[in-house]
Amino acid sequence: MPQVDLKNIRPYGDSLDDGRVQLGFSLPIRYGPEAKEAARQLVIKMGFESVDVVSAHDLGGHFTYFVVYGKCTHSVDVTSLRAPRVQVEQMDFFKINDLVRDKLGRKITVVAACTGSDAHTVGIDAIINMKGYAGEYGLERYPWFRAHNLGAQVPNETLVAKAIDADADAILVSQVVTQKNVHIANMTRLVDLLEAEGIRDDVILIAGGPRITHELALELGYDAGFGPGTLPSHVAAYIAQEMIRKEHRTSPELGEER
Amino acid sequence: MKLDLDISTIDRCRECAGSIADQIMEHVRGVTTTTCERTVLRLLGVDGVDHAGVPLPNVVVDTAHKAGLLADGIATYIAQAVASTGLRPQQVAEKVACRQMDLAGFGPAAGDCDRSAVSDAVTASLSRIRENVAKRRDYLSQLDPGTEPLIYVIVATGNIYEDVEQAQSAAKAGADIIAVIRSTAQSLLDYVPYGATTEGYGGTYATQENFRIMRRGLDSVSVETGRYVRLVNYCSGLCMPEIAAMGALERLDMMLNDSMYGILFRDINMKRTFADQYFSRMINAYAGIIINTGEDNYLTTADAYDEAHTVLASQFINEALAHRSGLPDSQIGLGHAFETNPEMKDGFLYEVAQAQMARDIFPNAPLKYMPPTKYMTGDIFRGYLLNGMFNLAGIMTGQSIQLLGMLTEAIHTPHVHDRYLAIKNAKYVFSNARHLGEDIIFRPGGIIQRRAEQVLGDTARMLEHVRERGLMESMGEGLFAGIARTPDGGRGLDGVVARSDGYWNPFEEAMSKELGLVASVNPSRR
Repeated sequence: MPQVDLKNIRPYGDSLDDGRVQLGFSLPIRYGPEAKEAARQLVIKMGFESVDVVSAHDLGGHFTYFVVYGKCTHSVDVTSLRAPRVQVEQMDFFKINDLVRDKLGRKITVVAACTGSDAHTVGIDAIINMKGYAGEYGLERYPWFRAHNLGAQVPNETLVAKAIDADADAILVSQVVTQKNVHIANMTRLVDLLEAEGIRDDVILIAGGPRITHELALELGYDAGFGPGTLPSHVAAYIAQEMIRKEHRTSPELGEER
Repeated sequence: MKLDLDISTIDRCRECAGSIADQIMEHVRGVTTTTCERTVLRLLGVDGVDHAGVPLPNVVVDTAHKAGLLADGIATYIAQAVASTGLRPQQVAEKVACRQMDLAGFGPAAGDCDRSAVSDAVTASLSRIRENVAKRRDYLSQLDPGTEPLIYVIVATGNIYEDVEQAQSAAKAGADIIAVIRSTAQSLLDYVPYGATTEGYGGTYATQENFRIMRRGLDSVSVETGRYVRLVNYCSGLCMPEIAAMGALERLDMMLNDSMYGILFRDINMKRTFADQYFSRMINAYAGIIINTGEDNYLTTADAYDEAHTVLASQFINEALAHRSGLPDSQIGLGHAFETNPEMKDGFLYEVAQAQMARDIFPNAPLKYMPPTKYMTGDIFRGYLLNGMFNLAGIMTGQSIQLLGMLTEAIHTPHVHDRYLAIKNAKYVFSNARHLGEDIIFRPGGIIQRRAEQVLGDTARMLEHVRERGLMESMGEGLFAGIARTPDGGRGLDGVVARSDGYWNPFEEAMSKELGLVASVNPSRR
């Protein structure tokens, strides 16, 4: 295989730097030769070359659906980019509990909820509930964690009240349905509330969901963000390690405050 | 029966579910709720909002509730008010809303209640609903009624006019049924929003005007394509009977109506939901609307393999409660879902076992089969194949209503071409394997047959336990979906009121009579 140029990475179809990309989209116009040509020109405007409209379908009414291939003319420099990720050493159920027992010596309290109007608890349930997900136990099963899953459609105010009440070490917020970016406003509001209560720095604040990235979470003022494919142990390991880091950071001899 | 299941075990399950439902009915017959009374007002023709935008049925019922009048039924007071003033129920409601009239002055205490004063209003509503039933029948006989499994897709733009566009596009591509998903938090609203709406999150508000707009859009595409396109919306939540009434008045064809969904998944109080589902389903029954139950939801929180028996147990309970609201089997669309972990070896066989078992046990029910959602990852290509396997299970086992999976599940609400691709997938599989189910027999003692037998056995044990403990108490144990609820917990209990001896609900009375339901323990079974 020819040498990959990390400073100029392009899509790979079946040979290096062929730049082949597939696109699927609809246009609100009637099916026909003009529709195909419109799709082709649009993809050229997107910056593609050698554009082929390989399939066009009449969706009824006045929509046409296209599958289009094109050659991407852009490249990225992988050597200079940054992709923030949660800093965590992967550990399993037993190691995490041992770590909390040995280094912290007390149970970690976690309060979790699907907030706002979101009724989709699949994600938070997978992380918190006893049963867990993909063969892993959820946080409720961890002997050194005390996990409270508040469920769906929890107002931010209720979540904050519960966090204070339970003296939470960590707050987990799940956002699944994110139409029209309603989750952004909702997640920001939680940070505001925590700050107003003066407890933002006392908790590890974590966001999770199919469209959450660590970068987005940081931007919104969270400590970490977990996206799709996250397992309970990922979250538990992060919380445990962060708790221990925090203990050290706030200890007087280090004198470091976040 | 294709799976050769043990008939006596099935009978035992039905008998248990029957006793469980009868226990629930004892509670149901003793109470009314704020939304049941608002439904009576709506059916008497009360509509619109006050100066603050609050629906008039809410204004009137809230006032009456505060004054302690609901125990007699709101109709008792409205009838007397109409008899005394000569106004129509709508005008009475308007006067109550402006505090120009106090309903307390018209109660049974004020003298004999003149119920006949609202009989014209009652008759008018019931006739309108019966006309809708007739109109649906005409459409179904004049146009192509569709072939099972009927293709069910969802639109959810938040804007009803945009929804109509997308629905018409889907209908032209071959959809038989269009559901308009509601805005995410609507089930927790203790009122029904008013008028046409163009903004919602994750869906579009269920309002009577939105129902009307979509019905008109679908009627027009039905005529254009020569196929009757059915319309679905959701009763679940704090307004079950009100939304059922709106659906009856605007000729919806199917409505989501589960006896336990709100309790488990929306944390609505169980005393409230059991009362609401009873009247709500009675209206569905009267309007010829097929209900869809929500067992699929269990499998989003519980494991599809381990908890398969909870789905079947819930189907039995939903069936028993539906019969007690007067729904015939042909209107009971019991739900289940294709949610087994795709990594599981022989997972497809277990799915077939579950689906065929439901078909064998509920031969006349228009079973509703729900697609994979839990293991959809955002990899649209893998998702498209999962949906293909789901469609194969559907056609093989004779499902009636196939809610199509979207390849972009777990990413966003469906784009217009996601729906198109889903329909193409289903049509291809349904046509390509059209008679597969008729041509195969399940090997006695094989994986599929044994699995079905095991699930049925587990179900019988679970139902016996629930009968012993009572359904309300069992829900406290987290037996369904792994979610525990208590009889006095959850939202909406403050809207539950004990009925007085003189309680009157003219619609419950008339519909019960026409549906052949006598207020006794023996429900009609057709």
